[in-house]
Amino acid sequence: MVPSADVQDYALVVEDLVLYFRLTHGVVQAVDHVSFALKKNRAVVVIGESGCGKTSMGRALTRLLPRNVDRYTGKVFIDGVETMALDDETYRQDVRWIKISQVPQAAMNALNPVLKLKDQVMEPLLLHEKGISTETALERVHEVFDFVGVPDGFIERYPFELSGGMRQRVVIAMALITNPAVIVLDEPTSALDVLTQANIYNVLKRIKWEKGTSFVLITHDVATSSELADDVLVMYAGHMMEYSSAEEFFVEPLHPYAKMLMAAVPKLHGDEELQFIPGKPPSLLSPPTGCRFADRCPMATDQCKIEPPTFRLGDRLVKCWLYEKEADEIVSSPEALAGVSS
Amino acid sequence: MGFFKSFFRELKYYPSAIVGSLIILGLLVLSIYTVISIPYSKAIVLWRGSSELWYKNPKTAPPAWTNYFRTKKLPETIDLDSRQEGVAERAEKPLGKGKQIDLEFQFDYTADEFPDDVVLYFYPSYGEKKPFVTGKWITPDGREIRLGNFTTERGYSFRFTQDQSLERRLKRLLKMELPAEMGLFADPATLPEDPEAPKDQVKPLKGRYTVHLTVTTFAPEDEIDAELLVYGKVHGIAGTDHLRRDLKIGLLWGIPVAMAFGLISALVIGLATMIIAAFGVWYGGVVDDLIQRLTEINMVLPFLPILIMVGIFISRSLWTIMLVTIALSIFGGSIKSYRAMFLQLRAAPYIEAAQAYGASNRRIIFLYLIPRILPMLIPGFISAIPSFVFLEASLAVLGIGDPVLPTWGKIIQDAQANAALYKGLFYWILEPSVLLMVTGLGFALLGFALDRVFNPRLRQE
Repeated sequence: MVPSADVQDYALVVEDLVLYFRLTHGVVQAVDHVSFALKKNRAVVVIGESGCGKTSMGRALTRLLPRNVDRYTGKVFIDGVETMALDDETYRQDVRWIKISQVPQAAMNALNPVLKLKDQVMEPLLLHEKGISTETALERVHEVFDFVGVPDGFIERYPFELSGGMRQRVVIAMALITNPAVIVLDEPTSALDVLTQANIYNVLKRIKWEKGTSFVLITHDVATSSELADDVLVMYAGHMMEYSSAEEFFVEPLHPYAKMLMAAVPKLHGDEELQFIPGKPPSLLSPPTGCRFADRCPMATDQCKIEPPTFRLGDRLVKCWLYEKEADEIVSSPEALAGVSS
Repeated sequence: MGFFKSFFRELKYYPSAIVGSLIILGLLVLSIYTVISIPYSKAIVLWRGSSELWYKNPKTAPPAWTNYFRTKKLPETIDLDSRQEGVAERAEKPLGKGKQIDLEFQFDYTADEFPDDVVLYFYPSYGEKKPFVTGKWITPDGREIRLGNFTTERGYSFRFTQDQSLERRLKRLLKMELPAEMGLFADPATLPEDPEAPKDQVKPLKGRYTVHLTVTTFAPEDEIDAELLVYGKVHGIAGTDHLRRDLKIGLLWGIPVAMAFGLISALVIGLATMIIAAFGVWYGGVVDDLIQRLTEINMVLPFLPILIMVGIFISRSLWTIMLVTIALSIFGGSIKSYRAMFLQLRAAPYIEAAQAYGASNRRIIFLYLIPRILPMLIPGFISAIPSFVFLEASLAVLGIGDPVLPTWGKIIQDAQANAALYKGLFYWILEPSVLLMVTGLGFALLGFALDRVFNPRLRQE
């Protein structure tokens, strides 16, 4: 499944990740057999409509699961470590914030209102580097604040005294303070104005260049996130539809869904009318058999009633029957996956 | 520290907080003073009230300061002890084998009412034969009334009101049947013509009274001392009860007992309830279910009957009762309201963020969840203290108070058992009641102000 050999070369390798939720009237297939590999010091942008399992995938990576998990299987290698094999307590101590940290979706409210910023940002350090002195920790706080561009005097302040952009920087600083290999950002700029968004992306770019961190950036803002993207992962109804490098993807997406999604992004130049995708994503409670996008796909054929496997074209992965002939190989087939996971 | 500074600065704007704090501070200072000046062991001995300890006090006497509000002043107790220097005039001369000792007590009587009783206590030391005493009573207008002759032994006391020969003598002298304490003090001018007339028009004669004792001893080394007690009808700042105990002891010791009971119960119950609620919400599932069902069962259990049963079958010790109170209240209704607050808090993004950066479960509960609702707990905690103080008093009134410790509730119960209200001894009930009310008021005033400080919706801008 992994395109090339060694997991050590990758910041993040996901194999056949499954996350189902149990509701009173059925099972939600939020993340369904997702496999991809992210090289070190690269950023992957996860795009897709709302309710397609993007956030669930982020949570599956950081193992922040709600209580109603029905199925949570697969393999996740973070910085070369198989994390799915670890129990919760080991995961908490050895993986969270050491290997992978997270900037949560509601970053604006992710700060404890009763803690001063320095205490809040120091918290992960105190938790993970046992025996660290407060002075050393404080020094590190100064360092990361300087790095993300928060004025030094802010460390004595409380979260409510900060603007949204500043709070976002603080949350990023907190994610950064233990130098993890991967940072999962879940819509880090969704509540900010465009100028602040640009600033935040500049901070993220700087982190990538100077610290060599890899990012998993979950967003539906395709345009802005292209600034940072090295790879693009398209999610639809719990399935990974396409995984490409950004250069290739933004020139020509492969999957029909990705094509339509890109056509719906406004462009600065050109008179093209904005497109939209008719219909809505299927319910994840009882997704259609076969290709999950088939109902809305203009290029759907009878073949789409059978679920397509993931095909590899060069470095790109796509889950669509259209590429059956051009494909170099089948990376996974539903049957194979079912055999593996059952 | 900055938090506390600004907190107190804010509290300054609420007069009720200042008054409440002053009351509480006063009660605390009094408790410390009480515990230091009357240690626990001493308090218990005093309150057990053997007759040697309290014989100098009158029975069921209101406080002395009530005289300020009376037109007819009631007498205070007069205590003259010949063992003390300069209290009694003493003369000795040899007589036969032994000697004759003359003891003379003098006192001024100024009250408008008769005393309660007059008693002579003797402290003789003798060899073979007991000393022989003759006494006479000299009124301010110079009349001499013979008290009688008696031999004294150790611990002997001559109780004027119980001496029938003295009563007969007085009847002969005054031509009217009067009890000894009235007859000895009666002003002859106010005696009615008709011996059958009501006695309440007889007034005491004010002035200097003298009691003269002539003691004959039968050996030269024999000695004798006497103590004259003219029991009054008012006593001290708190009055006395039916066992002549000074109520001051009970009222003072009631403060630390009430404060300890209220503070410990409120604190333990408040904190334990909150921690249990936090654990239930955080771990959810079976833990939460268990806590909730336990709470519901506990809430329908009858609280008072259980306490009474414990009091009857196990122990009436204050600390046992407190333990049972705490045990029955921990899984109380407040678990439900804390749970509601915690449920809301658990979903807060910053709690999830804390989880994401690897904070352990316990760290989240104690450093993230609980500190967040602690401010809301403090006013409730302060307001809950008096309810436990009242509970202790109510239990004592119901007869399951601590059998050895003096408490406010026990004073009220004693008063009730001795029909204090029927006999017009209002002070006996009012004193502990007022203290209870003041305690409640102090905590309530502070609690209300704290509620305003901590609850932004009640804040006055």
